[in-house]
Amino acid sequence: MKLEVGVLGNADGSAYIQQGKNKILAAVYGPQEVHPRHLTMPDRALIRCRYHMAPFSVDERKRPAPSRREIELSKVVRGALEPSIFAEYYPRTSIDIFTEVLQADGGTRCASITTASLALADAGIPMRDLVVACAAGKIDGQLVLDMNDLEDKMGEADMPVALMPNYDAITLLQMDGQLTSKDFEKVLNLALDGCKQLYTLQKEALKSKYVVVKEEVKE
Amino acid sequence: MVARVKQKRIAELVSKGRRLDGRDITDYREVKLEMGVVERAEGSARVRLGKTEVMVGIKIELGEPYPDVPKQGVLTVNTELVPLASPTFEPGPPDENAIEIARVVDRGIRESKAIALEKLCAVPEKKVFIVFVDVYVLNHDGNLIDASALAALAALLNTKMRKYEVKDDEVEMKSGYTQLPVVNHPIAVTLAKINDKLVVDPSLEEEQIMDARLTITTGKDGKVCAVQKGGYGYFTKEQILEAATIAKEKAEELRKLVVNE
Repeated sequence: MKLEVGVLGNADGSAYIQQGKNKILAAVYGPQEVHPRHLTMPDRALIRCRYHMAPFSVDERKRPAPSRREIELSKVVRGALEPSIFAEYYPRTSIDIFTEVLQADGGTRCASITTASLALADAGIPMRDLVVACAAGKIDGQLVLDMNDLEDKMGEADMPVALMPNYDAITLLQMDGQLTSKDFEKVLNLALDGCKQLYTLQKEALKSKYVVVKEEVKE
Repeated sequence: MVARVKQKRIAELVSKGRRLDGRDITDYREVKLEMGVVERAEGSARVRLGKTEVMVGIKIELGEPYPDVPKQGVLTVNTELVPLASPTFEPGPPDENAIEIARVVDRGIRESKAIALEKLCAVPEKKVFIVFVDVYVLNHDGNLIDASALAALAALLNTKMRKYEVKDDEVEMKSGYTQLPVVNHPIAVTLAKINDKLVVDPSLEEEQIMDARLTITTGKDGKVCAVQKGGYGYFTKEQILEAATIAKEKAEELRKLVVNE
C-alpha cells in the first residue's frame, strides 16, 4: 500500500492511494467562489463532492457519464468528509472535492475517503480530524477486513465504515448482505480496527510530505 | 428552513425524550396502508406515514438477464420525487436524493433475497422477467426511505404475474395469474440523531435539523440486510448498536402491518 500527498500541480490539495490494485487520485479546490452563484450559503462553505470511476478502471469499459452508483457514492463520501471540516470558517465559498478511481479493485469508496481527507489536509482546510475509511465483511462464514473486488462479489456481507479516529465518530456506515445482530457488531468492530490501523499510515503520509520540504530547505 | 425557535424547541423536547407532535422518540407516525390501488400495474400500494405519502407500482416485463446471472430475473428500483410532492422537488431526471432512496430500497429487497429471482427465468440466458419497482413520492413530510421501502414491500406482496408457457424458446402468455414469489419481508427503519439522541421516523422538520440519519433494514429472520448512514454528521459505535436494536424491534411491528393484509 502506498499513500502520497501533494501529487497534482493545479489543485489546492491532492493525494494518491495505491491499495492492492486500487489506484485513486483525490484533489481539492477551495475555499473558492461558488459557481453557480445561487448555491452560496451565507453562514458556511458549500461542500461538494464527486466520486467518479475512469472508463478504463474496470474489466468492462464503464461509460464515463456518472452512474447511479457513482451519484449515490458522491453523496455518502460527502457525508463522510463533511463532519470533519470547519465549514463555518469560510462562508460564501465552496470547497470542491474530486476523487477519480483510475483502477478499481473493491473498496474504492473507502480508499477514496481516506485519500480525499488527505487532500483536504493538504489544501490547508481546517479540520477537526482526518477521516479514514475501511470495509469489513463476511466470506464463507469468516469475518474479514478490506475485501478485494472478487471477495466482495463472492462474500455474504460487506460493510464500509469511515471514522474520525480522535473523536470515535463514525461518519460513514453502509452495509449490504446478511448479518445477525452479533455478527453485525463484530464486523463493525473489525472495520473500526482496520480504520485505526490505516490511520497511522495516513498520518505518516501527511507528515512525510513536510519531511521532504524540510530537507529541501536544509539543502 | 425551520425557524430558530422551533429548532431549539425540537432539540429541547428530544433531549427530554419527547417530540413536537406528541410522539415518543421510538414511535412511528400513524401508518396507513392500501394495496392494489392501480389496476393497470401488476402490483401496487400506497403508504401514508403521517403526512408523508408514497405510492409504488410494480410492472413486470420480459427482458434479457444479466450475463453474470443468466438464470435469474432482474430487479430494478427507481424513485421519482414528483414535483407536486414538495416545493423543493424539481422536475427532471432523478437527483442524488431520489437515487439514494431507490438504491437503499433496492439494497433491502435484493440483499434479503425478498424476491425469488431464480423463479423468474423463462428461457435461461435469453428471457427472464424484469420486476420494475417504481416509487412515486406524492407528499414529502420526512422519512421517505421507510415509507418507500414499506410501500415497495406491500406492492410486491400484492403483485400478480401472468401465467406463461415456453415453446421452442418462445414465451407465450396465457390467461390467469400467479403470485410473485416473495420469500422475505425486509423492513427499513430510519433513525435521526438530534441532540445526541436517536429519534425513530423523523418528520420533515426533524430531518431538517438532524445531525445525521441511519437506516437499518432487517429481514424477517431478524438479520440486518442493508444499512445506510446519511446526512452530514456522525454516529458513535454505541449509537449504531442501539439503533440496530431499535430498528429490529420496530421492523417487527411494521412487518405485522404489511404481511397480515
